[in-house]
Amino acid sequence: MNNLKYLFLGIIFGLALTKGEAVSWFRIQEMFHFESFHMYGIFMTAIPSGALGLFLIRKMSLRSLTGELIEVPTKVYHHGIIIGALIFGFGWALTGACPGPLYAQIGGGYLVTIVTFSAALFGTWVYARFQHSFPD
Amino acid sequence: MEFLSKPWPWYVAGPIIGLTVPALLLLGNKRLGVSSTLRQICAATFPGKISFLNYDWKKDKWNLFFVGGILIGGFIGGTVFPNPEPVQISQHTTELLRELGLTDLSGLLPQELFNWKTLFTLKGFFLMILGGFMVGFGTRYARGCTSGHGITGLAALQWPSLVATVCFFVGGMLVSHFVLPLILSL
Repeated sequence: MNNLKYLFLGIIFGLALTKGEAVSWFRIQEMFHFESFHMYGIFMTAIPSGALGLFLIRKMSLRSLTGELIEVPTKVYHHGIIIGALIFGFGWALTGACPGPLYAQIGGGYLVTIVTFSAALFGTWVYARFQHSFPD
Repeated sequence: MEFLSKPWPWYVAGPIIGLTVPALLLLGNKRLGVSSTLRQICAATFPGKISFLNYDWKKDKWNLFFVGGILIGGFIGGTVFPNPEPVQISQHTTELLRELGLTDLSGLLPQELFNWKTLFTLKGFFLMILGGFMVGFGTRYARGCTSGHGITGLAALQWPSLVATVCFFVGGMLVSHFVLPLILSL
């Protein structure tokens, strides 16, 4: 199975989120009150590590294992970024979870977060359904 | 197995999270982004006639394997090898949460708030249902979440992702400071 390598990488990613306590509601409140370096330390090491990897990929014009030339991701601005990101921030502070941790919290045995996850699916569905009514 | 039950310091967890971005690109030219799996699951289950949900979601099946992995990682790290100690949050935060009425600060989430009984109260509605809804709605509106914008976008030096990440934090700070105390006093 070709996709098993992504499952494996997901396990490592999920372990890092869980053992790094980025899935902890307590850590998220602490972060939003600027009372510990912990979460900022995660971001401030994650982003440069990723950036260094991307720099090397570009510098060496690396190809993926599947043989494709790797395209470094780009993100396009639209005003929805501001509105959507604020709304997501509200939800992040309430649930203590961004989408990655939504999965990890369920796996971590907090089964009631299946409800949080389902509500997130519903939120995505409502956005999809009424996308054209919202300013972009 | 002590390294699995102990929490990992930020300088261990952070680089692993960040290196996932180049690792996915090297493995198969894939982009780290978790919130798009929410769209995928909607497309696979209730697409209706919604154009945003009628696309070839199977093409990104790899991402469902990836988030399946996150769930298993959470299971290994949180259920099989849970940290026996409470999360070591700062003294200030501990005092603040106690003032807001929390008594049990053990585990990854406050179990006195996140449980099936609370779910059917106004408090539970705000924390789990409205909170979850805003996570799903907001990330799709912003076209990315903490992984897609905060980690991938910033590592790729994309300024729109910086705008997004700043707004994630502004939104979170507003609610954590001013709204959460009101909800917890319900």
